[in-house]
Amino acid sequence: MPIASGLKKTPLHAIHLSSGAKMAPFSGYDMPMQYGGGILAEHGAARGGAAIFDTCHMGEFAVRGAGAVSSLERALSCGVADLRAGACRYGFICNEGGGVADDMILYRVAESEFMVVVNAGNEDGDFERVKRHMAGDTEIERLSPSTAKVDVQGPKAPKIAAALLRDSVSGLTFYKFMRNYYKGLEVIVSRTGYTGEIGFEVYCPARAVADFWNDCVAGGATPAGLGARDILRLEMGYPLHGHELRADRNAAESGLAHAISAKKEFIGSPKALDPSLRKQSLCGISLSGRRTAHGGDKVLIGGKEAGAVTSGSFSPSLGHAIALAYVDRGFAAVGTELTVACGKNDIAGKVCGLPFYKNGTARGEMDLYL
Amino acid sequence: MVPTDLRYTRTHEWVRLGGDAATVGITGHAQDTLGDITFVELPKVGAPLTKGREAGVIESVKAASDLISPISGVVASVNAALESAPEAINKDPYGAGWLYTVKAADASEADGLMDAAAYEKFLESESE
Repeated sequence: MPIASGLKKTPLHAIHLSSGAKMAPFSGYDMPMQYGGGILAEHGAARGGAAIFDTCHMGEFAVRGAGAVSSLERALSCGVADLRAGACRYGFICNEGGGVADDMILYRVAESEFMVVVNAGNEDGDFERVKRHMAGDTEIERLSPSTAKVDVQGPKAPKIAAALLRDSVSGLTFYKFMRNYYKGLEVIVSRTGYTGEIGFEVYCPARAVADFWNDCVAGGATPAGLGARDILRLEMGYPLHGHELRADRNAAESGLAHAISAKKEFIGSPKALDPSLRKQSLCGISLSGRRTAHGGDKVLIGGKEAGAVTSGSFSPSLGHAIALAYVDRGFAAVGTELTVACGKNDIAGKVCGLPFYKNGTARGEMDLYL
Repeated sequence: MVPTDLRYTRTHEWVRLGGDAATVGITGHAQDTLGDITFVELPKVGAPLTKGREAGVIESVKAASDLISPISGVVASVNAALESAPEAINKDPYGAGWLYTVKAADASEADGLMDAAAYEKFLESESE
């Protein structure tokens, strides 16, 4: 299959091709959209079994030094000082206008050492943005070139991954991580993910990731592509940068209050914390049938335009279509009836609470899955 | 691979002639390209269809596309089972995944469609 020129490859690229993946460009990388079994089967594996995703394209950098905490407090929207070593936290890298330059997960590796994990397409800009706010006694280092990452997700994922790791993951709770070992090599095992299911994001040396992938597949994990990943995250109501989160949209409109600390100043905070700038709210929309709404479709309430869809899909878990949309404040109450104008058709729906899918195992008791 | 008793369009629909009404579906290639099908909007029974014009909509987890009518006529019946189980199109595109039947206004219209050999050649030319 021809690859568009200039696209980067992850260390798992050859495995994808030999596994029959359908590849497509994503954030500058040639990435698997799906494998031979199809997106619904991959979605089903994550919800009921185990799925493995190549997330090597994501960006990682380390921030170390005596000024690491104060530097990151300034650069990130979430609280940093009160994060304990071994824990991670979701937050934004905002711009001066209070928009979201990117979303990220912050890992506190040690008292004065952090890892920041960002989206592939924004990595260079994120790095420069964080670097600009570094205190003098602090260093920032790109880890991405030598760091590979795979996500193993689903109720059977803990057992599959645990069989490959030296140290027990039994005590690992939601949004905590640990140093572990795979074939004698140091890896980071993080109890996070983008699917709503229990499992891990595993950061490992790039040279070991093909073996780890193959071992997980041999253990029963189903290779899954970005197609399934997008549906899984949407069923959980998780935002995707470029869709729900944008540089030109106020961060607080996302409603992700846990990602924005009101107790400190950070880049963009005067705007992000100003309630008068919150014109719309991100909300879930449950649609009445299987027909899918798409990003950009208008949301009508009482016949008047009140917002627009940012992401939409058929939900295999629920059997009907779902969407995320920004709706004018005051119209976003759960239960509000609305219409999505979708090309030639109007689809009836209503505002609903998030997540759409409520049976995810992400926060379950780890020992029940080992 | 492609059934020899059917006629095909360049937009990847098939037609089975014979009996009172012609049966219409999408090809194995079409369903494979679309991926897992999640929604299909079929024409209403009694609706007039025009060859080459839109007859409905089909959506998959990846894409949405129009169904193009391969032949002019009036819709005689539709495969109502697809409303709740459109995955039948993926599993059996030439059988249980049929879309609708149409009473052809002029059955000779189908003469202009490709036979199996011509359609297979067309698929090869498209993949080049």
